[in-house]
Amino acid sequence: MCDVCGCGDPHKVTLEVHASLLSDNDREAAHLREHFVGSGVLALNIMGSPGSGKTALLEATSRALAGRLRLAAVSGDLATSLDAERLSAAGVFSAPITTGSACHLDAAMVHHALHEGSLAAAVRGCDVFFIENVGNLVCPAIYDLGQAANVVVLSVTEGVDKPLKYPVMFRKADLVVLTKVDLLPHLPGVSVSVIRENLARVMPSARAIEVSATSGVGVSAFLDWLDARRASSKRA
Amino acid sequence: MHEVSLVHALFDQVDRAIAPHGSKAVRILKVRIGDLAGVDAELFATAFDGCRSERGYVAAALELVTEPAVWRCAECGAEIVAGSVLRCRSCDGEARLAAGGDLILDRIELEVADV
Ligand SMILES: Nc1nc2c(ncn2[C@@H]2O[C@H](COP(=O)(O)OP(=O)(O)O)[C@@H](O)[C@H]2O)c(=O)[nH]1
Ligand SMILES: [Mg+2]
Ligand SMILES: [Zn+2]
Ligand SMILES: [Zn+2]
Ligand SMILES: [Zn+2]
Ligand SMILES: [Zn+2]
Repeated sequence: MCDVCGCGDPHKVTLEVHASLLSDNDREAAHLREHFVGSGVLALNIMGSPGSGKTALLEATSRALAGRLRLAAVSGDLATSLDAERLSAAGVFSAPITTGSACHLDAAMVHHALHEGSLAAAVRGCDVFFIENVGNLVCPAIYDLGQAANVVVLSVTEGVDKPLKYPVMFRKADLVVLTKVDLLPHLPGVSVSVIRENLARVMPSARAIEVSATSGVGVSAFLDWLDARRASSKRA
Repeated sequence: MHEVSLVHALFDQVDRAIAPHGSKAVRILKVRIGDLAGVDAELFATAFDGCRSERGYVAAALELVTEPAVWRCAECGAEIVAGSVLRCRSCDGEARLAAGGDLILDRIELEVADV
């Protein structure tokens, strides 16, 4: 009989659960985190709209590092492996995760990719592992992938209001990379300081750097951030 | 539309929770959606209606409760109004989300046969 509200209905059982619907994913993510931490790899979840410049940022990062750090990546993509091919060409060991209809990566997809082929060894032997998520400013944010930090790539061409429109994504961001700043002269309506003000309303420790993957401006600020994260995760 | 996969995660959890009770006759599922959980309540309800019979929960009704986002200062605990700059006005501490960030299965009401 009902053992909660005392209504006395002998045909009713009330179960108090109070558990997150994401707990299965979170368990899988915790396992991934053990893999990453155990092999001393800095895992980063790279999120942002389609076309915001996620792949371009990683390509520019690899070029700028010129072999100083060993990089590996998986790229979530609905249909193709083009991003993984671009990253391989830029010197990043990379594999695609073709998601079919899923608009985000979940921990099980990443874990599956990690135990397939040569990626596992590459990830174990790398310094930074980039997980390029599916282009989408909404649901990738809610699936933990075992990453050490979330990087949200936001191009200045997307307009100044995106932080306010997608607070769930920006709340989870540890770093926002404002990309395509080389295009600012052509965007009279876009002010970086307004984007920063909006970020401060949705992001608890608002932190953004300005980058152009095409000209290379600001890429060194991203490298500095990577070094700082690597140092702090080694201490932890 | 990640709401469909979340509804499947809901039914996975319900399957496990009710297994010891020897009945699949779920009447009510109470689910809490935080404002900052990244889940659209309407899409979730639609996905629920679409998936419920294939998962064997034909008579289950979904009771959705939405939970507003509450931000608090991590240092002094003062509330920081959602939509304002996420810094404490009194001590400049960082904001922490105290409520409204999760998607939670709170309660299952299950009909059981005579004992
Ligand atoms: N002007 C300019 N274009 C960029 C920059 N970064 C990326 N792009 C262009 O934006 C488009 C999308 O970039 P891509 O890296 O594929 O975005 P993703 O979908 O987020 O991975 C490509 O045509 C890039 O060449 C940048 O910093 N400046
Ligand atoms: Mg890409
Ligand atoms: Zn009762
Ligand atoms: Zn999704
Ligand atoms: Zn494993
Ligand atoms: Zn305070």
